[in-house]
Amino acid sequence: MNPIHEPQWEKIAAMPEFQALLKSKRRFIVPCCIFFTLYYFALLYLVGWHSSWISQPILGKVNGAYLFALSQFFMTWGMAYLYMFKANQFDQAAAAILAKHGAQ
Amino acid sequence: MAILMFLTFVIATLVITFLSAKKNTGSSAYFAAGRSITAWQNGLAVAGDYMSAASFLGIAGMIACFGFDGFMYSVGFLVAYLTVLFVVAEPLRNSGKYTMADVLAYRLRPRPVRAMASLSTLCVSLFYMIAQMVGAGGLIKTLLHDVAFMQTPAGYNLSVCCVGAMMIVYVVFGGMLATTWVQIIKAILLISGSIFLSVLVMKQFGFSFVKFFDAVSQIKMTAADGQQVVKNFLTPGMKFKNPWETVSLGAALLFGTAGLPHILIRFYTVPDAKTARSSVVWAMWIIGGFYILTTFFGFGAAAILGPDLTIKNPNMSAPMLAERLGGEFFFAFICAVAFATILAVVAGLTISASTSFAHDFYSNVIHHGKEPRPGMEVKVARITAFVIGALSITIAIFLGPSVNVAFLVGLAFAVAASANLPAIIFSVFWKRFNTMGALFSLGGGLVSSIGLILVSPVGIFGKTGALFPLENPGIVSIPLGFLFAVIGTYLGGRDAQAEAKFAELSVRSHTGLGAEKASSH
Repeated sequence: MNPIHEPQWEKIAAMPEFQALLKSKRRFIVPCCIFFTLYYFALLYLVGWHSSWISQPILGKVNGAYLFALSQFFMTWGMAYLYMFKANQFDQAAAAILAKHGAQ
Repeated sequence: MAILMFLTFVIATLVITFLSAKKNTGSSAYFAAGRSITAWQNGLAVAGDYMSAASFLGIAGMIACFGFDGFMYSVGFLVAYLTVLFVVAEPLRNSGKYTMADVLAYRLRPRPVRAMASLSTLCVSLFYMIAQMVGAGGLIKTLLHDVAFMQTPAGYNLSVCCVGAMMIVYVVFGGMLATTWVQIIKAILLISGSIFLSVLVMKQFGFSFVKFFDAVSQIKMTAADGQQVVKNFLTPGMKFKNPWETVSLGAALLFGTAGLPHILIRFYTVPDAKTARSSVVWAMWIIGGFYILTTFFGFGAAAILGPDLTIKNPNMSAPMLAERLGGEFFFAFICAVAFATILAVVAGLTISASTSFAHDFYSNVIHHGKEPRPGMEVKVARITAFVIGALSITIAIFLGPSVNVAFLVGLAFAVAASANLPAIIFSVFWKRFNTMGALFSLGGGLVSSIGLILVSPVGIFGKTGALFPLENPGIVSIPLGFLFAVIGTYLGGRDAQAEAKFAELSVRSHTGLGAEKASSH
């Protein structure tokens, strides 16, 4: 990249809008990561240490362990959908920041 | 017959490779497919790269032999994509060029970091690749089950060598664009093959889930002491007697994907971060759908073939099931799909490893960021492909055909999660992170994960002499990787330059300003 046209990174980083974007991203991503990690480790924990409890049949012969494992798939897809939805908002915020920076 | 169909498919894919190789000019085209791949194409390619021999052959075999515990691989392989989506995909696409090390080298001292990152990429790829080779060897053995020679160890060795040679042809002539198309075609074939196999399984049970799960919950098998027993295959604990084993494997799977070089490299083939993101979501739909299907052809193999049969050839229960239910023609098709799967994944792995070596080590470490002559980087990548191929063939022959490939891949995930993930996360999100931290994390993560594997029950001392009780090192080596990163960072002292450039990396990764654009050709 031509150094003359190098964007002013420090300036953008210091913009209150950019800081706000970082903050709102953090406030969304961190709880989400904690949630899916806990949800997944809950399965590992129950399967590992409470296997007879979670092996009780629930739907016909299908037991809790399989149903909980299956629910992980839907949890994953749900979270992915949620992320897509939020990321579009973040995109708009980022575009606004770049537009404003360009105008300055 | 089986062989004929098989060869047809292999030739067809080679033709595609050849056709796309013609359009292949310059580094950006070879390594990143000109950054011109669309979201759904890349989603299929990510899925194709991910659903390896481990998924199709390994998980099916694991479920067929050990029931629910094998299904834990399916769950972990999918949930892991949330880590990719939420944490690494977009920052990586926005701040890198070809490899994972581009991001690490951004604000750290490039030479040592690239050298180390290149080493860890090679290690992870090698582990992953050995698994594919073992799967391929077993597959050819099953495919040619009428040929007596192929049933001998020499036959297995020969098939491993043949797959290796094919893969080299693939990568050397094709590059990334050809591998992308191979992944796409293979992903479509794999999905349709799995759906078909699942339908055939359900047909056996009159398309009744009740009958299916009834059968799965009472499977006759021979216990270790020779007694006939009836087992409920939906019950956890048939494979993992120690609960910590479950947790350790789970941790490796959840955090490993985000450190897998051949998955990360896929985000550089798309035009921008938004496309990277939607391709991950596309991949998650495809991969998730596939892993749910493992229920049918995994548990189905246990119910229909019986564990006494599947345990003899643990990676081959899916093809064996296809033969039982769909006859020779379907068997040949499933074998061809599995073979294409392996070939495509091996190609993807080779290209990520050889890209990393050529771009990170050769150009940036040895030649200080400049290619000595145009085209040298691509040439070095091709030579690396040969070396990696030869190495993984040798180790696969050494291990033999009876190791489960999903298990082997689980080890690759543990290495990736311990070495690569801490370095990637800290370099994007922690201002204070410095070169020493990255070196400690990559080096420490590598040494601790590989070291623990070597002294584990599957390592050099065997079950009785093992110094570490778990087969997968994740639960210990991943926290160690993060710990090493922190210790290294504080030992290294403050690095003013790294901290100064944090603003730039942060703006780049969160806004996409200055990211590598799609090339015009």
